[in-house]
Amino acid sequence: MASTIPINYALLVAVILFALGLIGILVRRNLVFILMSIEIMLNATGLAFVATGSRVGQADGQIMFMLVLTLAAAEVAVGLALILRIYYGFKTLDADALSRMRG
Amino acid sequence: MEITFYLASTVAVFTTLMAITRANAVHALLYLVVSLLAVALIFFTLGAPFAAVLEVIIYAGAIMVLFIFVIMMLNLGEEAAHQERQWLLPGIWIGPTTLAVILLVELIHVLSDGELSRTAFAVDAKQVGILLFGPYLLAVELASMLLLAALVGAYHLGAGDRGEDR
Repeated sequence: MASTIPINYALLVAVILFALGLIGILVRRNLVFILMSIEIMLNATGLAFVATGSRVGQADGQIMFMLVLTLAAAEVAVGLALILRIYYGFKTLDADALSRMRG
Repeated sequence: MEITFYLASTVAVFTTLMAITRANAVHALLYLVVSLLAVALIFFTLGAPFAAVLEVIIYAGAIMVLFIFVIMMLNLGEEAAHQERQWLLPGIWIGPTTLAVILLVELIHVLSDGELSRTAFAVDAKQVGILLFGPYLLAVELASMLLLAALVGAYHLGAGDRGEDR
C-alpha cells in the first residue's frame, strides 16, 4: 500500500514543528515550558525520520524514530527530576533568575 | 487518506503554536497531547502504523503523564500563570521569533528544491521488527543502557537529601 501524500509536505510539517519548538525554547523562561519545547523539537525530528524512511520504503527511519523516542523518555525523566530539585531548592523555575544564583 | 494528512498537519501545527504560547502549564500540556496525537495520525497516513502506535503509547501516554505528575507536584497556581503572562510581552518574544522564522524560511526554501512527486511507501511492524532484532541489535542494547542510566539518575535526583543526612 503506497499512500499518495508527497513526502515534502510531511517534511514541511516537521520543519514547522521544529521551528515552533525552537521559538518555545528561546521565548519561554519557565523551565517546564523549555523542557516541553525540547520535546516538540525531538518529536519533529522523529517525524522527519519517519517521513524520509517511508519515502524510500525502508524501516530504518522508524528505528531511528524509536531511538529518538528512547532518548526523549530518558531526557524527560532526568530533566523533570532536576526541575523538581531546582524548585524545592530555589523556589523558582525562572531560567534567568537561576543563571544568576550560586551554589 | 490525503485529506486526513492535511487535517492532522493543520491540527498539529495549530496545537503546537497554542502549547508554546499558553501561560498555564496544564493548558499547554493538554494542547501538546493533542499535537502528539495529530502527529501519530500523520505517521499513520504516511504508512508507518508501528511508529504511530508508539507515538500514542510513549509520547502522548508515558512522557505526558510524567509532565502532568511533575506539574501537579510543583503546584503552580494562578500566580505562576500571571507571571508567565508578564514574561510573554511582545517586546520579549518578537526578536527570537523573527530569527526562528528566518531559519524556518531558509529550511522551507531548501525543501522546495526537492522533487514533489515522491510519495510514501507503507512500512509495517514486521519489517521494523526484523531490522530491530537484526542489524540494529547493538542500538537496542545501547538504548536499554541509556534507559537504565536515566532510571538510576532520576531516582538519585528524586530521592532528595536523605542520603546526605546519614
